[in-house]
Amino acid sequence: MKLVSEFRQSDLADGLVRSIRQHARRKARFMEFCGGHTVSIMKFGLRQLLPPTLTLTSGPGCPVCVTDNADLDKAIALARVPEVIVASFGDMVRVPGSRSSLQEAKAAGADVRVVYSTLDALTLARANPEKSVVFLGIGFETTAPTVAASILQAAHEGLKNYYVLSLHKLCPPIIRALLDSGEVNLQGLICPGHVSAVIGSRPWEFIARDYNIPCVVSGFEPPDILQCIDMLAQQVAEGEAKVEIAYRRGVSREGNQTAIGIMEKVFEPAPARWRGFGEVAGSGLKLRPQFARFDAELNFHFDAGPTVIPRGCLCGEVLRGVKSPPDCTLFRRACTPARPVGPCMVSAEGTCAAYYHYGEEDVR
Amino acid sequence: MPPITITVRKMSDRILLAHGSGGRLAHDIIQNSFVSALSNPVLNTLDDSAVVEPAGRLAFTTDSYVVQPIFFPGGDIGRLAVCGTVNDLAMVGATPLYLSLAFIIEEGLLVSDLEKVVGSIKETATSANVTVVTGDTKVVNRGTADKLFINTAGIGTVPADVNISGHNARPGDVLILSGTIGDHGIAVLSKREGIGFATELKSDCAPLNGLVAAMLAASHDIRCLRDPTRGGLATTLNEIAGQSGVGIRVYEEKIPVREEVAAACEMLGLDSLYVANEGKLVAAVSPDDAEKVLQQMKKHQYGRDSVIIGEVKEENPGRVVMETGLGTTRIIDMLVGEPLPRIC
Repeated sequence: MKLVSEFRQSDLADGLVRSIRQHARRKARFMEFCGGHTVSIMKFGLRQLLPPTLTLTSGPGCPVCVTDNADLDKAIALARVPEVIVASFGDMVRVPGSRSSLQEAKAAGADVRVVYSTLDALTLARANPEKSVVFLGIGFETTAPTVAASILQAAHEGLKNYYVLSLHKLCPPIIRALLDSGEVNLQGLICPGHVSAVIGSRPWEFIARDYNIPCVVSGFEPPDILQCIDMLAQQVAEGEAKVEIAYRRGVSREGNQTAIGIMEKVFEPAPARWRGFGEVAGSGLKLRPQFARFDAELNFHFDAGPTVIPRGCLCGEVLRGVKSPPDCTLFRRACTPARPVGPCMVSAEGTCAAYYHYGEEDVR
Repeated sequence: MPPITITVRKMSDRILLAHGSGGRLAHDIIQNSFVSALSNPVLNTLDDSAVVEPAGRLAFTTDSYVVQPIFFPGGDIGRLAVCGTVNDLAMVGATPLYLSLAFIIEEGLLVSDLEKVVGSIKETATSANVTVVTGDTKVVNRGTADKLFINTAGIGTVPADVNISGHNARPGDVLILSGTIGDHGIAVLSKREGIGFATELKSDCAPLNGLVAAMLAASHDIRCLRDPTRGGLATTLNEIAGQSGVGIRVYEEKIPVREEVAAACEMLGLDSLYVANEGKLVAAVSPDDAEKVLQQMKKHQYGRDSVIIGEVKEENPGRVVMETGLGTTRIIDMLVGEPLPRIC
């Protein structure tokens, strides 16, 4: 199977678009929860293919974007601790906290390394036994199992200098918070593909049951998303609300039990702060007490300073789906990918960045 | 009486700070590692400046090379340092003639690695038909440079009737790309510490002056040439659109990307349009001559996969619009910052 080109054929898309037009006779607003979906939708111009009855709204599914400034400040403060190497996925290093970014801290002398996997962070720890390596555990259920696995591996090897700052977040609780707020009126939810590959489609069933909103798990290629939108439109047309999967090659109802097992072994649910939402009970993951010696939060003394949110930044509202990037007066003016004010303009998955890079509807 | 043994001091197998001191060791390394390999009458004088006599309009450029790792599939920092500067000269239609070559070496570099790089410089310069006429070496403390940095400057001559510039693209011009994109960037990334993944992919690093000469022989209406290095094709197209004050429309399906580059980009969260190339060019050519130029390019070893990828428009000045395989359109923006891998 050609993993990329096969999914970008226009004949495949044409058929799906025709089907969507047939099904989407009623007005409906669907939210794509995941930032990866937002990027695909913008990058491939999928909105241009949809009938005027359908509106797509971006959701809070960008792990970098939802990281609260207070937590970012912690990461930056940790990077400034002498003899600490902070290992992070690339997206994070450019995100501005209250006063600085990891990138700026690095330029000022902090040891910040971009890694592609937690295994690379373990390699760093082994190679630098005289230093402490802190991995920034940022991400959803997609990444949490790999971070958990790194902790189990470190425990197995007896690595004494590997730590994790766990800022992991869980998707189902934040969707419940979003729906409970009543701020957005949705007729369908495009459920995240990678998260569902781990947790399965079962955790979304409460949305269909309790909120009567159709849910379809989608992959990330244009035909995946179009098929998902078609299935949602069909549910709307038929007055149904159920959870379906348009990403069978990656997602089952039960999910990846091994990954879930590892995650649950190392982490337990905890309250987490979300940008735009504040603290949401049970929406984060912290290390279980038996893994406390790997918890950066418990093992380092650092002062993150007071939290400041930049004036005028609408990232919080964008993440809640109540505003769209062009609604923000900073968008494209004071806030650009080169000089980002908020994280949604930085991350590869960020809604503002996706709109900035791909989204000028007036240019055709 | 025991036999008398004389210890001959062998050259160190690593570069020492003293190699940059200007004294005996410095002299030795210049003679043994550089001059002997790159020998030519101008360089061999070892005077403080090279004296050359090019005729005509001069093109003059400089670039520094800091690639990591210094050896990568399909090339090394030496080949890159020659190709990069030769290509910068070629992109204004110049015939590259002379290069300068300055090394900043981190103490501890293996002399054998340095000599491998110099050998590669020699080979690439010969194939590009340029001469290294002057050079310099500095050695810095361990940790203050990453193995080896190279600066090259280049001089070439531009024929009187050639006027190629990023400012010259006009509506109606046809855009030709000389082959697949992203090969260099992904090949280098595949070997980088902390990322490494297995691929057969090689860097496309190559001198393009021969290809440009063949294009210039075919047409006097080549308006603009650019090599999409750092920032990739997307950034280059934006530069042309901005400098010439025109719009650019390209077709996603026409832009050749190797399957392994596309797959690596998906995996790493990168966009091949923004990944570096070191042996590709984009040309804006008058519509009348485009086919002729394309045919010449396809005959050249570094232009076999040349293809028309789009055209210059009056609409949307300064912007690059791409038509996707699905028939939709999107803006192609410049690269912002370092391309970084995403989380999920």
